[in-house]
Amino acid sequence: MSILVDQDTKVLVQGITGKNGTFHAHHSLACGTKVVAGVSPGKGGGEVEGVPVFDTVAEAVEKTGAEVSVIFVPAPFCADAICEAADAGVRLVVAITEGIPVMDMARVKAYLAGKPTRLIGPNCPGIITPGEGDQACRIGIMPAYIHKKGKIGVISRSGTLTYEAVWQLTQLGLGESTCVGIGGDPVNGTSFVDLLALFEEDPQTEGVVMIGEIGGSAEEEAARFIQEKMTKPVASFIAGLTAPPGRRMGHAGAIISGGKGTAKDKIAALEAAGVKVARDPSVIGKTMLEALEAK
Amino acid sequence: MKIHEYQAKQVLQRFGVAVPEGKVCATPEEAAKAFTDLGAPLAVVKAQIHAGGRGKAGGVKLVRSADEARAAAEAMLGKPLVTHQTGPEGRIVRKVWVEKGSKVAKEFYLGIAVDRAQSAPVMMASSEGGVEIEEVAARNPEAILKERIDPVFGLFPFQARRLAFGIGLGEPKVLRGAVEIMTRLADAFVKLDCSLAEINPLVLTEEGRVLALDAKINFDDNGLFRHPDVAELRDLNEEDPKEVEAGKWDLSYIALDGNIGCMVNGAGLAMATMDTIKLYGGEPANFLDVGGGADKDRVTAAFKIILSDPNVKGVLVNIFGGIVHCDVIAQGVVDAAREVGLQVPLVVRLEGTNVEKGKEILASSGLELTAASSMDEGARKIVELVAGKGGGK
Repeated sequence: MSILVDQDTKVLVQGITGKNGTFHAHHSLACGTKVVAGVSPGKGGGEVEGVPVFDTVAEAVEKTGAEVSVIFVPAPFCADAICEAADAGVRLVVAITEGIPVMDMARVKAYLAGKPTRLIGPNCPGIITPGEGDQACRIGIMPAYIHKKGKIGVISRSGTLTYEAVWQLTQLGLGESTCVGIGGDPVNGTSFVDLLALFEEDPQTEGVVMIGEIGGSAEEEAARFIQEKMTKPVASFIAGLTAPPGRRMGHAGAIISGGKGTAKDKIAALEAAGVKVARDPSVIGKTMLEALEAK
Repeated sequence: MKIHEYQAKQVLQRFGVAVPEGKVCATPEEAAKAFTDLGAPLAVVKAQIHAGGRGKAGGVKLVRSADEARAAAEAMLGKPLVTHQTGPEGRIVRKVWVEKGSKVAKEFYLGIAVDRAQSAPVMMASSEGGVEIEEVAARNPEAILKERIDPVFGLFPFQARRLAFGIGLGEPKVLRGAVEIMTRLADAFVKLDCSLAEINPLVLTEEGRVLALDAKINFDDNGLFRHPDVAELRDLNEEDPKEVEAGKWDLSYIALDGNIGCMVNGAGLAMATMDTIKLYGGEPANFLDVGGGADKDRVTAAFKIILSDPNVKGVLVNIFGGIVHCDVIAQGVVDAAREVGLQVPLVVRLEGTNVEKGKEILASSGLELTAASSMDEGARKIVELVAGKGGGK
């Protein structure tokens, strides 16, 4: 088991004819991900990496049975691409694109309300469920080889910092059930809480690593959920302990504004909920191991 | 992106928000003429910089004649204004805004920010105007009323009425003015892709008008592509030249006060690297995310920007190559270090794709650099080297 995606998941790539779309379709196929279709308006009928390209998501879904979409289209067109996927009945949309206007995301959220489609991202590395050997269901941009099938669920607002944590889990022999990057934007599709709930129910997952950063209150909401609902151990790291207030740290959402959203507050909330929080990012894996042993 | 108060007022006026009449001036003479042209017995001369707290710092002066307006502008223009938001060096005042004085009966607060929990902008209104809204929020959170702005439908008039009644702008003769200013501000926010809008204070005048006496607007950088007229309002004088240069290369750079320069891929990892440096007693000189598409030219540009900060006494490169290949980064670092004639200690930590090739390039470069096998080790070594204890090879 795993959450949201596994080796049988059929994936379509929106923006497959672009540089990033082609590159990552290639790498996902290389580790055994079932990439069954690509979409690029005006380029239907063609092929990329041996994958058929369609003009619309609806057609791609109808012809190939794709159920999950990963989006690489440029930011100005991304909101439209997400809504097109939802309209076509795609159950999970993973938006990798960085730089989508916040107001576009607010409208996308309003559009998705009441629809069965789940959105992950935008501005995220995607989702991966490692399989046997070097196989994986890789839907995004992460390097597949650092992952290993195992028992830890990973949820993160960051990209490369997630790789850091995953690499530690793999080297410690814990491995990962599913890793999800929820993205660094202020308005995103799926929250820590949504995924914690899924990992709590997943039999393969024995513990969860949650990587947060400054800005917003998603970590505090997660802490409340962990306190009330989680039985599995959770380990965490929060980036930005030394970030100055009022300065946006790369991610659109990573900013301490009005004294809110500091790493200190988030760490305190998580620790009060029984979460083991690593102060040093190089011991995230070890912290997870300790949390597992303490249970 | 931030803009000046006078620009914010001009933008809001286009959306029908009531603002006092005024003129932007670059010389004392223009300020004197503006006073005469406004034809009012009282005017306000306001220094235009991208920072709050101008009033307390002497950047806002009431004037009663053209001579007083000239003198006030003379005292501000071309000189630094130091407020609690500018840092000790202050900001040079290049323009003043001269506006008609208003007879203020009462001050209020009106603002809009994006609320992540609601995935939408939220309007905040308070009867406590003219003060820092964060102070009000901390002291008396009930004094701030909130309404969610629907990103599709905008702020409904009934929501604006609810706010107006709630903060004491519900008198029949002022209600309409209050509702107009609220719905129009919300309209501007949504249509122009703002990230923050504040009218503080919003005032009720003795004549019963509701006016935006001050105005602050920040824009979502990601939305600027569809508002070229707004993008033109950018004032590069107000920005750190290193940050401007970084922007040209698509690098995310923020200057900080410490002495250890950092070059990292990924925002989260960059923050974590700063945190780890601090953990070992060092102080980061900057935040720098070279991004996912880092090539040799961008790495070189990043290096130059880091080293253009005279406080930098050492550099830590921390790369977890996923899609970015370590050998590409290594070559970029080597070339950049040679090109700029690196004089300070350099610690490089590489992990991920093509890491062995990357390490080979570094080792055979003949450059004086220290390799680290983890972020932790890298941070410890650069802190030791900068402190002069020697980190070893």
